[in-house]
Amino acid sequence: MTMTQTRGILGARLAGASTLHLDDDLDSRSRLVVVGNGMAGARFVEEVLERGGGEQFRITVFGDEPHGNYNRIMLSPVLAGESSEDDIVLNSHDWYADNGIDLRAGVRVERIDTAAKQVHAADGSVTAYDHLVLATGSYSWIPPMNGVRTDEGELLPGVYGFRTIDETRAMLEATSRCTRAVVMGGGLLGLEAARALQGHGMHVELVHAMPWLMNAQLSREAGSILEKSVEELGITVHLDVLATEVLGSEHVEGVVLKDGRRIDCDLLVVAAGVRPHTDVAVRSGLEVERAIVVDDQLRTDDPDVYAIGECAQHRGSVYGLVAPAWEHAKVLADVLTGTNPDAEYHGSRTATKLKVAGVDVAVMGINTPERDDDEFLVISEPKRGVHLSVVIRDDKLVGATLLGDTRKVAFLTQAFDRGAPLPEERIRLLVDLSDGAGSAHGELGVADMPHDSQVCNCNGVSKGDICGAVAGGCGSVGEVMDRTRAGKGCGSCASLVKQIVEWAADGDLAEDPAASWYVPGIPMPKPELMRAIREHDLRSVSAVFAMLAPGGKDDAKSKMGLTSLLKMIWGSDYLPEKDAEFINDRVHGNIQRDGTFSVVPQMKGGVTTPAQLRRIADVAEKYEVPMVKVTGGQRIDLLGVRKEDLPAMWNDLGMPSGYAYGKSFRTVKTCVGSDFCRFGLDDSTRLGIDLETRFQGIESPAKIKMAVVGCPRNCAEAYVKDVGVVAVGNGKWEVYVGGAAGASVRKGDLLATVEGRDAVIALAGRFLQYYRENANWLERTYDFVPRVGLEKLKLVLLEDGEGICAELEAGLQRSVDAYRDPWGQDAEEPATPGQFRPSLPLVALPKVSVR
Amino acid sequence: MSVTDVSPAVVVVGRAEDVPPGEGRTFVADGEQVAVFRLRNGSLHATQAACPHAGGPLADGQTDVDVLVCPLHQYAYRWSDGSSTSGAAPIRVYPVREVDGDLVVTV
Ligand code: SRM
Ligand SMILES: Cc1cc2nc3c(=O)[nH]c(=O)nc-3n(C[C@H](O)[C@H](O)[C@H](O)COP(=O)(O)OP(=O)(O)OC[C@H]3O[C@@H](n4cnc5c(N)ncnc54)[C@H](O)[C@@H]3O)c2cc1C
Ligand code: SF4
Ligand code: FES
Repeated sequence: MTMTQTRGILGARLAGASTLHLDDDLDSRSRLVVVGNGMAGARFVEEVLERGGGEQFRITVFGDEPHGNYNRIMLSPVLAGESSEDDIVLNSHDWYADNGIDLRAGVRVERIDTAAKQVHAADGSVTAYDHLVLATGSYSWIPPMNGVRTDEGELLPGVYGFRTIDETRAMLEATSRCTRAVVMGGGLLGLEAARALQGHGMHVELVHAMPWLMNAQLSREAGSILEKSVEELGITVHLDVLATEVLGSEHVEGVVLKDGRRIDCDLLVVAAGVRPHTDVAVRSGLEVERAIVVDDQLRTDDPDVYAIGECAQHRGSVYGLVAPAWEHAKVLADVLTGTNPDAEYHGSRTATKLKVAGVDVAVMGINTPERDDDEFLVISEPKRGVHLSVVIRDDKLVGATLLGDTRKVAFLTQAFDRGAPLPEERIRLLVDLSDGAGSAHGELGVADMPHDSQVCNCNGVSKGDICGAVAGGCGSVGEVMDRTRAGKGCGSCASLVKQIVEWAADGDLAEDPAASWYVPGIPMPKPELMRAIREHDLRSVSAVFAMLAPGGKDDAKSKMGLTSLLKMIWGSDYLPEKDAEFINDRVHGNIQRDGTFSVVPQMKGGVTTPAQLRRIADVAEKYEVPMVKVTGGQRIDLLGVRKEDLPAMWNDLGMPSGYAYGKSFRTVKTCVGSDFCRFGLDDSTRLGIDLETRFQGIESPAKIKMAVVGCPRNCAEAYVKDVGVVAVGNGKWEVYVGGAAGASVRKGDLLATVEGRDAVIALAGRFLQYYRENANWLERTYDFVPRVGLEKLKLVLLEDGEGICAELEAGLQRSVDAYRDPWGQDAEEPATPGQFRPSLPLVALPKVSVR
Repeated sequence: MSVTDVSPAVVVVGRAEDVPPGEGRTFVADGEQVAVFRLRNGSLHATQAACPHAGGPLADGQTDVDVLVCPLHQYAYRWSDGSSTSGAAPIRVYPVREVDGDLVVTV
């Protein structure tokens, strides 16, 4: 079986669906044929239909790709794993059928007989036309390099361009097999590809033939700042050097650079630029220079043949962005449908706002002064990765580059597009000098934006259009986006669109409801869900789905969050269902990359004994544990344990689970404290052990880690824990909450200074329960605490301002009482048949290496 | 694979009660590893055992009526045709049914 056979077709129809065609002779409509089913071609058809063209034309669309029409721009997030394929479909096969359009997907057009007015396609078909539109787009250009192609002329396996969904799929698939990638080309596409691949854990090197990155858009200085930001992501950048040879005979093994250096790789992405698809036009005798030459009505030198999108050359310009392509589509639809037979296209001034490799970039017009009296203003902060510049000519903005900080883009775009007057103090173009009086984000407030300033560049939607949609009855951001198409291209304006909609609706707005749901499968925010669960007495996850999910439908990605919630609400009265648990919780260990598990026994406060250590050592030997490691949480991890060995191993250990795998309370790190340390102000070790004893195993919205230190020297890192406790002497302790030092680093906020160990345990308990009841699923305290606000926490937890402290304590106590060590439990008798059966018994997978 | 051995093998891999509701278990059928799932609505499904992304044990995944979610990186695969919801490579799905309490897989 080959991959292509099993691959889904994007936007495909259900099997069996077919389309009826009118008999040709009975149809009096003229024949409109579109070659190329990409972003320009399909949009053009939409524009024609919007103008009532369905009555006028019998429409046939040829597309080389087998798919419906999809948003090519979004291939970068698909490659990065941030968007799913299904989300980028713009027009499915069904859409064409529903609109009576004959879509010939997967059929390549070979030539046009302009004299006979016929289209010849690769499937042997001949289609007559009255009007023909070429929208063939571009392809990835593969620079000449020895060995890049096989003898058959195909790209060497492992070498890909970055233009289509099929290429994107192939690269995604390669990320699981491959470890080292070379990306050729340091423009937008190359940088996007590099970042996406790096995000999949690959080692990525980027080779760019020019002296700086994005040289077509950025000045050298801005380019080198971008380079720094890219290198900080861990991507190695090689500039000013060509790759001359691709190594490998069956599959790519590396590239050789012109200066003789060799870079090994098992994936090579070529993003060295695009070339318009002009072969059909050339073969058909149409005028072609860099692309297919068209006039102001998008007409080629044949009066019935038009070209739009990236394959068209208008007044000497060929565009590589979607906004001009969509403008072409509009003008041509006006002309052909007769809506405005005199419509003309006069070229696009391209302003782009992009996120390149995680860095915000906006460019418009020129990037360096060209004339003696051009004004040029630059702010460069290489350390922060920020570079801002503007070029002004005759008091008008003729160019701007914003790198790393695009807050001023709205005003600049508008000044650039409409020639709006510029402030006397030019520096105000780039920074706010408002002495704190301006808007909080230093942005041009949406209220002050002129009505006609463009918000969505891809679809040419202005602030006025958005306000119009709100006035016209759109009640949510999503509806406005559907109506106006704002934010539906590259998506970079989405937050601005949201701000404008909110401002225009002036509070009268339906929020995107899903954003507030606790889990995606049940349309309820957490408080409502908790109420419903109590009201209907729902004690198992399947009961929750049956009663509260739309259509009673279960949802895999909601199960773990619901299990956690039910356990919190019902304590030991919760009805367990193994399939509602994540595998870690089913077998009480953390799953490893090869399907084995890790075993971390409880070691309260990081304190152990020689006997315990001896037992761990014996067990590690007996079960041939590949690695024994001291963790960052002050305990010992036995890694790479076979699933089937888990119960016996727990028995031999005779120690409770350390819960290193759950969305639950984990550990309390401690320092040696007053018993041994000459600076110790109090017994931090004892308090740590007490806290861990009380909170062991308690499930929570995300993991909870605590630490107790004997003095502010903070040896066990209490300032950066979900709950951190610091002895300050005389029996007093500071309690910090909301700290973290993982993916986010945040120093905890001082909630209170309390006296005595019991007071610490009580306050930590109240905080923990309040967090459990109010935090979103997977929201760590470092997000929760700033969201709720320290003042509110103090009011509720210290002053009992809402009168719920007794309830919080009772709720926590219920969970404390429900605690049972899962290892002691399941080791005796499995919870379900085959609980510890291996899931991958036979394949030799890459094993964690034995040290 | 030669032309002669394309005829499918029909194999009894285990008993229905070996697979608890909503969960999956791995079996070997005609030399292939197959993960068999029994959903809470009673339906049976069978897929290849190892995730094409990075070899994750699919039988350890979570399920609903539409998809199977791999435990390692949460890629989701549709029961209907094995395609991935994120555009990654698809998984193989096999016909499976219950006959007198036996799980019968066609590979
Ligand atoms: C074993 C350990 C590393 C070590 O060898 O020391 C570890 C190992 C893992 N950490 Fe960690 N973390 C370990 C201490 C930490 C610490 C340090 C600490 O706890 O003091 C942190 C920073 C503190 C914090 O959480 O704020 C830490 C921040 C993370 C994060 C980032 C969380 C965040 O929201 O910022 C993740 C990812 C996540 O949870 O999504 C993570 C996830 C993981 C996972 C569970 C990844 C996974 O899902 O499979 C690793 C499991 C390995 C395994 O198979 O057992 N680990 N991890 C440490 C176990 C501590 C323990 O005894 O329980
Ligand atoms: C990864 C990526 C990221 C991008 N990011 C951005 C961005 O952020 N902002 C932006 O503005 N632009 C971006 N672009 C560019 C944008 O996608 C293009 O400008 C846009 O797709 C051009 O539309 P088009 O219809 O002219 O060409 P295409 O969308 O390429 O469509 C052309 C279609 O014609 C078909 N075709 C070609 N020849 C034939 C033939 N002979 N017979 C039948 N069919 C044929 C092709 O298969 C293709 O499907 C990006 C592009 C990529 C690849
Ligand atoms: S830092 Fe933590 S999550 Fe990352 S590889 Fe190490 S153990 Fe795994
Ligand atoms: S191994 Fe299955 S999703 Fe990564």
